[in-house]
Amino acid sequence: MRRFEPFGFLRDLATRWDIVAFVVVIGLIAFLGEAARGLFIPLAQLDVTPLSLDPVHLPEYAARTTLRMLAALVLSMGFTLTYATWAAKSERAGKLLVPILDILQSVPILGFISITVVFFMSLAPGRVLGAEFASIFAIFTSQAWNMAFSFYQSLRTIPVELSEAADSFRLSPWMRFWQLEVPFGMPALVWNMMMSMSGGWFFVVASESISVGHTSVALPGVGSYIALAIEQKNLAAIGWAIGTMLLVILLYDQLLFRPLVAWVDRFRVEQEPGARVPQSWALTMMRRSKLVQAGKLAFHAAVLWTSRAVPHADAERIDAPRGSRRSLDLLWVLLVAGAIALGVWHISAVVIESTPLAEALQVCGLAFITMFRVFLLIGLASLVWVPIGIWVGLRPQAAQIVQPIAQFMAAFPANLLFPIAVYGIVTWKLNPNIWLSPLMILGTQWYILFNVIAGASTIPTELRYASENFGVKGWLWWRKVALPGVLPFYVTGAITASGGSWNAAIVAEIASWGKTTVEARGLGSYIAEATTAGDFHRIVLGILTMSLFVVIINRLFWRPLYYHAERKYRMT
Amino acid sequence: MSTTPLLQCSDVRKAFPKPDGGELLVLDGMNLELNPGQIVGLLGRSGSGKSTLLRLIAGLSEPSDGRLSYLGQPIYGPAAGIAMVFQSFALFPWLTVFENVALGLEAQRMPKAEIRKRSLAAIDLIGLDGFESAYPRELSGGMRQRVGFARALVVHPNILLMDEPFSALDVLTAETLRTDFLDLWSEGRMPIKGVILVTHNIEEAVLMCDRILVFGSNPGRILSEIKVALAQPRNRLDPSFRELVERIYVEMTARPKGVASVGRQERFPGLGIGSVMPPVSSNSLAGLVEAVAATPFNGTADLPKIASELHMEIDELFPVAETLQMMRFAELEGGDLKLTEDGLAFAQAELDERKRIFLRHLLTYVPLAAHIRRVLDERASHVARKSRFIDELEDFMNEDAAEQTLRAIIQWGRYAEAFAYQDDNAVFSLENPI
Repeated sequence: MRRFEPFGFLRDLATRWDIVAFVVVIGLIAFLGEAARGLFIPLAQLDVTPLSLDPVHLPEYAARTTLRMLAALVLSMGFTLTYATWAAKSERAGKLLVPILDILQSVPILGFISITVVFFMSLAPGRVLGAEFASIFAIFTSQAWNMAFSFYQSLRTIPVELSEAADSFRLSPWMRFWQLEVPFGMPALVWNMMMSMSGGWFFVVASESISVGHTSVALPGVGSYIALAIEQKNLAAIGWAIGTMLLVILLYDQLLFRPLVAWVDRFRVEQEPGARVPQSWALTMMRRSKLVQAGKLAFHAAVLWTSRAVPHADAERIDAPRGSRRSLDLLWVLLVAGAIALGVWHISAVVIESTPLAEALQVCGLAFITMFRVFLLIGLASLVWVPIGIWVGLRPQAAQIVQPIAQFMAAFPANLLFPIAVYGIVTWKLNPNIWLSPLMILGTQWYILFNVIAGASTIPTELRYASENFGVKGWLWWRKVALPGVLPFYVTGAITASGGSWNAAIVAEIASWGKTTVEARGLGSYIAEATTAGDFHRIVLGILTMSLFVVIINRLFWRPLYYHAERKYRMT
Repeated sequence: MSTTPLLQCSDVRKAFPKPDGGELLVLDGMNLELNPGQIVGLLGRSGSGKSTLLRLIAGLSEPSDGRLSYLGQPIYGPAAGIAMVFQSFALFPWLTVFENVALGLEAQRMPKAEIRKRSLAAIDLIGLDGFESAYPRELSGGMRQRVGFARALVVHPNILLMDEPFSALDVLTAETLRTDFLDLWSEGRMPIKGVILVTHNIEEAVLMCDRILVFGSNPGRILSEIKVALAQPRNRLDPSFRELVERIYVEMTARPKGVASVGRQERFPGLGIGSVMPPVSSNSLAGLVEAVAATPFNGTADLPKIASELHMEIDELFPVAETLQMMRFAELEGGDLKLTEDGLAFAQAELDERKRIFLRHLLTYVPLAAHIRRVLDERASHVARKSRFIDELEDFMNEDAAEQTLRAIIQWGRYAEAFAYQDDNAVFSLENPI
């Protein structure tokens, strides 16, 4: 029973969280609205009102960049919910869709933009919108694949009893999707969204200033601002951009991901008692705000309403006769075979016919150089970060401080820092083949660090006491306790770092400062040069080679290593 | 109440296809009838197909052969009048108690007001008042299973299916929940007409059921049907209650009919290279031998007594006892476990002597262990890959059973020092590589 309170209605009308929520919501709308207005201006306008290095414009540029990011995120979500569901529900489609996803993951993201920009520009001729599409598509490609993968995995691992409960209470497929499958997949999906985000920031910056052959666009945004600053050799402007980006990522983290992570915690099926529940002030705000609550109720009602509106599938199972099922299978196989044949024919038409063998061999050689670089850098980064990560992970207080910083650094687009490095290389006339290399791992090394920290903090306390008790110290302790304890986590981090470094190669192996361009030999700079020259055969050849290398390295090296580490060294 | 049976299963058979094209029979010749006002228990050990039968009735899978009908209508898919309570509760962690309960009605597109009324009534009935807005993670196991019950009852099913609903709970909570359920049932306050309870707990079956179907394994089939005529509420200490429990133990340890005349093998069933071995460790084997050898049993133990002495349920006790029987350390008959001479010798022996006795029995009575040893002896290198034996086993059983069987053999073989095994590269060898 509710006690009567004088002025109770006043307290019901709005809580103090409502005021915060109101300000935040209206602020966001105004911010994004302002940014969206720019979409429909003609392309030529971009030349009339050129970018300016005045920091006053940075908030607007940041808003544009943020909006692109958000749009891509929404697209990725839509892609995930449909593609992964299709792959998981249809055995036939899954056989094809899952490997496709795996390959798409290995294609260098900037490769997508080089190839698709012309197509997108033609979608909205003469308008900024076309270039925006291309840019958003590039971010989409950096997020969608692993989100879809995670949701697919979730769909395949729904606990049998939950699934049976849904069946036995006769939920319609639509209701089952929204009440069981989506909630179950949510925690993994949000985590992957966060991981994708760092890739997204990297490429939102790289994709704003697009230049493919004669097509050259600079969309208003932090990335273009940086590109302009490089052209004009303005170190101060680069500093401003870095500061802005730090702020934007911080806001994204606080306003989007923290609340999401705290919110999805309720969707976890295994609940270990005593595990720390993630907290977020923004989520608290939303939960306490009547305004947001009303919105949530409306959403709930919509979900229930659609569940009722969608026609109820009959509970009876409809089984196609065996014969027709087999002929459908055959048809499917023929269809796939046809598509593959067509694909192979196209690729050979584009690449093989116009590529002399010497060129192909040269590209292969360049790929080996880049591969050598990636492995060497991962090794060096591991030498530095594994001991530090273990040291930090074993000290909860230190881990609490360092872990968020490491995650934040991973999300920060490292390409913003490139100009500073290039400035150094040009000024001191360093060898670019060596000194450009670290840029490839600048942004991705943090994955190693924060995974190792996470790993070290899961080493059971009793195990540590035991090793102390038996006097296991020094090198023996590292060899028998610490390193095996973090190995599965380390491998996960190294895989992510390696994938990211391959991607970064395209922007890291070639860089410029004003009119000076420094270049390191490798597949990345090959693709970058081909892109600048607008040479499609070479772009395709380069990207094909890179995808092939990444797929093969994953299959022959990382995947076996991962399973070995999981099987042998995973605790619990 | 009408006299047509609520549920009828006739000659139901369920088999799963095997990779080599054959099939794995898990349920055969199943006949069952559920009449209004009855609680029927399906009692058996894991792998006896009782849960499979329950899922067939629930419409969650379909039989390979035979007929299942609900109120005279054949069952295709989940029927509206049949609801299920799950062993692990199967609550949606992201829905509150109320939302979990209301979900089944929501799926039926009932009017909002009606959903609310009925859900609250079910929550009230099952004793969850005040917990409507709690999430499952905030509840104890017992309260969670109450939600499971409320969720099943709210759809007003004619038949309630219960899949070991109390086995994930602690003893005290389980007992409270059982008593509450029986009270509601006997007072007729639940909207259900018949119950099918799957359990591996003999006392639970005798406590709750009007009829008990005892299941046997390989393939799952009904061994016997036992009527429980005791009046509710039943008392576990009542001599006639004890007598029934004892009788079921005897039924469950009875040798399969028809094997009796096959010669010397007859007393020890289930041998051949293709038999599935239970995941029983040599420690459990030695432990049970010691327990039976010691006072008060002195070599012959009454199964219900030793089960309660060791706090083991039949699901845990039977595999160990049967492994002892297979290795001829003991005999199972008439609800008793009796040590053989070698069993007694094993109990008295020191570690090294124990290992020698165990090695002899392992290589004599477990054909797969003997086979592995023979292969290793015959090869010049004295090594053999695990996959080789897995392949051989998969002619007889599915992948999981093959893996489990080989794991058991490896454990016994290591204890007996019959052979060594290296998990890193999945290789058997004669000598322990250190």
